[in-house]
Amino acid sequence: MSFLQLNAISHVYLTESAAKEALSDLSFSIAEGEFVSLLGPSGCGKSTLLSIISGLLQPTEGTVSLQNKMIQSPGERMGYMLQQDYLFPWKTIEDNCYIGLKLLNKLTPEKKEITLALLDSMGLSDVRHAYPDQLSGGMRQRVALVRTLATDPDLLLLDEPFSALDYQTKLKLEDLVFQTLKAHQKTAILVTHDIGEAIAMSDRIILLSPRPGKIAKIFQVPSQLQTLLPFEARNDPVFPENFQMIWKELDSLEQSPT
Amino acid sequence: MNNLQLDKQHQQYVKKLKREKYEIVTWQIFILLAFLSLWELAGRLTWIDPLLFSYPTKIASLFLTKLYDGSLLLHTSVTLLETVAGFMIGTVLGTAFAAVLWWSRKASKISDPYLVVLNSMPKVALGPIIIVALGPGYLSIITMGASISIIITTLVIYHAFHTVEPNYIKVIRSFGGNKKQIFREVILPASFPAIISTLKVNVGLSWVGVIVGEFLVSKQGLGYMIIYGFQVFNFTLVLLSLFMIAIFSSIMYLGVEWLERKLIKH
Repeated sequence: MSFLQLNAISHVYLTESAAKEALSDLSFSIAEGEFVSLLGPSGCGKSTLLSIISGLLQPTEGTVSLQNKMIQSPGERMGYMLQQDYLFPWKTIEDNCYIGLKLLNKLTPEKKEITLALLDSMGLSDVRHAYPDQLSGGMRQRVALVRTLATDPDLLLLDEPFSALDYQTKLKLEDLVFQTLKAHQKTAILVTHDIGEAIAMSDRIILLSPRPGKIAKIFQVPSQLQTLLPFEARNDPVFPENFQMIWKELDSLEQSPT
Repeated sequence: MNNLQLDKQHQQYVKKLKREKYEIVTWQIFILLAFLSLWELAGRLTWIDPLLFSYPTKIASLFLTKLYDGSLLLHTSVTLLETVAGFMIGTVLGTAFAAVLWWSRKASKISDPYLVVLNSMPKVALGPIIIVALGPGYLSIITMGASISIIITTLVIYHAFHTVEPNYIKVIRSFGGNKKQIFREVILPASFPAIISTLKVNVGLSWVGVIVGEFLVSKQGLGYMIIYGFQVFNFTLVLLSLFMIAIFSSIMYLGVEWLERKLIKH
């Protein structure tokens, strides 16, 4: 019995001019506590797939089930992190972190306390009454992480959450997200086009081929890298060979005519 | 550079800013006084026809007369009441319509051509029909004040609702938020800047609607004072009415700016 199960997912985008197949017959499963990356060139439908897993988008065919329950709409079992923080500029940092609990009608004093503790653990307690425009990009994305974790979701969906950050901030945040997810024993799916990031952070990498999105290959990240912090993993001697291997695979996908 | 020097530089900078502000206010007062004295002089020395253009002291003495006999207070309060009512009704209904259009894509598509026609139609041209339908009184005038701003409010605010960053909506949806929650948590607060700028436009528009309404109904109010002054060739009265309108419409505008500071902090 797997934690998350995708069964024969296909998705077609309909527009006035055409029907475009974005995903075709995708099936895989993820175990509890696992960190899986979806890697692929642009147009491989990785963000579409993430939207389907979250329940934001209904697939044309196929089913998604989390702990043997079908997912039909988004809710508290999922935490979704977007490419940018998208904190509400009119709310304070604290209120931004409470938004999920508020929407789920679960904003109790205990939950507030847990959220504030989480904010504190990320070194953000000084800015809880500040507004997003007073914070740097890295800080804002950390707040977004707290916002996502505040509802205590079973599964985290990360949609290229580091792509809008500068390199240094990105490396630091990768470590932070990695540590936080491990500490809370969360299962996570990361969508990325960054091979290094995928290897450094995940246990398993699912490589997608484009037009329509299909599983091209699944890589198991060497166990010695799995336990290391992303920053350390990048410096590990086996990192470059894994990088090369996936690089070649990705390169051939982009070149092969479809 | 040490702290003392930095402090000094900062003080000098602040001083410079203050001096600049002072200079601007001085100029503003100077222009007003120069205009008023030139007008006064031109009227008294009959460079301009005082019967048509009057002059400030004549307007001021009429102001006092009308203030003491109570008629100025009456006309001004009538107009002010009508304008504020028209302004509020126009803005609230316009925003409500915008919300309905946002809620239902189909409703917005169906109403699109009607809104275009209604928007391009000069609303004051509806005046006679409104007066015939609602009677020559407050109700008609308030309706004119509201109708002039309602369509443009609907269009502008609907556009603002529609162009809210979709990823903000995605955040709410990812937590399982429903449409009502999306509206309350994202659409409305994100559109406050647009709503405020329509309010600013509506202040001016509702004055137009109300003054024209009073021209037509000709019973009471500053618009009535203008028309009456025009008919009896008392242009001092016309100018006094214009002066009152200028004062109160500016106060309303300042009120909206105050609201803006309250509502939009970040």
